[in-house]
Amino acid sequence: MRFVLTLLTALVFAVPAWAVQPDEVLKDPALEKRAREISAGLRCLVCQNQSIDDSDAQLAKDLRLLVRERLVAGDTDRQVEDFLVQRYGEFVLLKPTFSAHNMLLWLAPVLVLVMGGIGAYAALRRRPQVPETLSEEEQKALEALLKQDRSAS
Amino acid sequence: MFVEAGHFALALALGLSLIQFVVPLWGARANDPVLMSVGRATGLAVFACIAFAFMALTIAYVTSDFSVVNVVENSHSAKPLIYKISGVWGNHEGSMLLWVLILALCGAVVALARNSIPLRLQANTLAIQGAITIAFLLFILLTSNPFTRIVPAPAEGQDLNPLLQDPGLAIHPPLLYIGYVGFSISFAFAIAALIDGRIDAVWARIVRPWTLGAWAFLTLGIAMGSYWAYYELGWGGWWFWDPVENASLMPWLAGTALLHSTVVMEKRDALKVWTILLAILTFSLSLLGTFLVRSGVLTSVHSFAVDPERGTFILVILILFIGGSLALFAWRAPLLKQGGLFAPVSRESALVVNNLFLATACATVLIGTLYPLALEVVTGEKISVGPPFFNFTFLPLIIPLLLLLPLGQTLAWKRGNFLGTAQRLYMVFGISLVVTMAIFAFEHGGPVAAPLGIGLGVYLVLGSFNEIVARSWSRGTPLAVAWHKAANLPRSTWGAVLAHAGVGLTVIGIAATAWGVEGLATVRVGDRIKAGDYEARLERVVPRMEANYRDDVAVFTIFRQGRELGSLESMKRLYVTRGMPTTEAGIMTVGLGQVYVSLGEVAADGSVGVRLYHKPLVLLIWIGSLVMALGGGVSLMDRRLRIGAPVRAKMVPAAAVPAE
Repeated sequence: MRFVLTLLTALVFAVPAWAVQPDEVLKDPALEKRAREISAGLRCLVCQNQSIDDSDAQLAKDLRLLVRERLVAGDTDRQVEDFLVQRYGEFVLLKPTFSAHNMLLWLAPVLVLVMGGIGAYAALRRRPQVPETLSEEEQKALEALLKQDRSAS
Repeated sequence: MFVEAGHFALALALGLSLIQFVVPLWGARANDPVLMSVGRATGLAVFACIAFAFMALTIAYVTSDFSVVNVVENSHSAKPLIYKISGVWGNHEGSMLLWVLILALCGAVVALARNSIPLRLQANTLAIQGAITIAFLLFILLTSNPFTRIVPAPAEGQDLNPLLQDPGLAIHPPLLYIGYVGFSISFAFAIAALIDGRIDAVWARIVRPWTLGAWAFLTLGIAMGSYWAYYELGWGGWWFWDPVENASLMPWLAGTALLHSTVVMEKRDALKVWTILLAILTFSLSLLGTFLVRSGVLTSVHSFAVDPERGTFILVILILFIGGSLALFAWRAPLLKQGGLFAPVSRESALVVNNLFLATACATVLIGTLYPLALEVVTGEKISVGPPFFNFTFLPLIIPLLLLLPLGQTLAWKRGNFLGTAQRLYMVFGISLVVTMAIFAFEHGGPVAAPLGIGLGVYLVLGSFNEIVARSWSRGTPLAVAWHKAANLPRSTWGAVLAHAGVGLTVIGIAATAWGVEGLATVRVGDRIKAGDYEARLERVVPRMEANYRDDVAVFTIFRQGRELGSLESMKRLYVTRGMPTTEAGIMTVGLGQVYVSLGEVAADGSVGVRLYHKPLVLLIWIGSLVMALGGGVSLMDRRLRIGAPVRAKMVPAAAVPAE
């Protein structure tokens, strides 16, 4: 088992991290820019948490070429992504879709912030507030002190 | 027979930490000062034993003792000495040993603080520390023994993973672990306070240096890891939202919140319950981080040690400690008395808002990291949560926090005036706005993010130093007097100012990445490659042999707008033992920016694939982090943390004071 694991790790690391090759670059700079943007959002399926734009694995290269092929054929960015999702499943997208099973994920930050805010507000409301003005006695004491101060100087 | 002695020392440390757990706790309940002070002696003894075990393993590495499995798997006799030493923690077993070593070191420092901590609090704290030590020593002895022998011993080792043969490995894990494990002390103090049902400003004053120190080290550790990834992985990214990076970011976010809420507690005796909860959560996230990294449940570039049995063991530790401490919290927290009133607009409230945003940011990272796992377990669907998700959710939480930061720092304690505060910052607003507009005008048509982000960074830096100016200078003050006043402000004020300014510098560095340019080409000797104003000319490609690897060195001359700046070497390296290639990027620092050259394939006809980047101001990302950590250090030197802590009268148990 240990040997297999070592071998696996070795294989995963056996790739020098060096992504897009010069011969892959498209002639049209606008199209190439779109290709790079799409690639940055697609997961290299055999790597560990790398986009195909960053990875040097053979599969990542194939996917990069595929993305460029589709773009040259005239697909929109959306169509390219849909095509890849159809082929490889949602796993290929680094940015999860806004579908029902991801709702909790996307809403979590807002929910936590709002609930935390309400909680903090309620907790602070429950405790006695600092009085905005001085009570009559305090006012009198203050005036007496001020008077003393003035007469002293 | 150092190796067996090391193994034995670990077992002895386990026995001693059992005593450290049980006896002081019992002493605190029975109100017996003698039993309570047992924690001190055992704390020191446990540290001595674990330090010995660590030394034994280090000796095995340095002398290349290939009868030890761990050394065989991770070392090689031809490896340079520094990597033989850092290789001790460049693997699962060794890194866990480093973990408990630092844990025991923290315990020993608490044990040595004879007079500054009330005996009862110290006893309870050391007992909790003992419990954590027991769990992790059991983990090492039962599932990850670094001292296992092998018969017959092979003649040569398998070498260390090449990616780890870097000075980064010598520095990054120890810094990170001091950070992670340092929070165990804040945790132990929090649990001790819950056991005692007593918490006050003295508690906050005792705990604050620990939180500060752990936070500063964690900051350095994360920054170091980020820079390491930047130059080692070869495509110039500095943050990948990798699960393992997230595992270190979460305790950092929670620890930052804890640092701020402790200030409120120390100064105003408020937010007690929340501070205790944060102390528990921060260390829980450290444990979770250890679990995520060590169990390999998340596939990521860092999981070079993977084993399900160990995963289960750490999961049990995790559930025991987090579940146990939260249960204790739910039971005892209502007993803690709230103090310190404050108005809705005040420094306290600003810090509550700070905590709210930091906690939400932390929760977002946590959910983003664990959601794919949960979804796969529940529905079987596999999704990826990557950088686009985190950038999309994390930034909207952090930017408002940063915008509010200088305002909060300027607000008065207890009751503040929002408009008045904003007025005091008008110069800061003005200058940042002018800078932003100037950059917009200058770059005409470049990325929008850069000027806005740099404006935000400038606003943060100026806003931080505004506090110094406001507190030492007003119209008509002679400069010498103002200087003297500024120099005499409390160190903690300077610390906060530096830390916040550091955040500003990092923000500027991050914003400037939008201006980064890259060039990509296959070149032959004499050819040039261009990225923005910069050009690199390939001069020659030469082979070079080292003890345990072989390099193809490409030498480039770098030009800016046609003018020669100097030369740099970029390498493709092959580690002979493992047959593994790596890229060693060539980096030239120009001002605060860097020119970065990384090599692709070297073809048989002598042509080389080359990537050239220019990354303006990129160094500010890490310089900012260093300044943040420096702020933590300066704050640690504050007078009130060094002296003036109450000194315990001889042999009068502090426990005689009734619980609040």
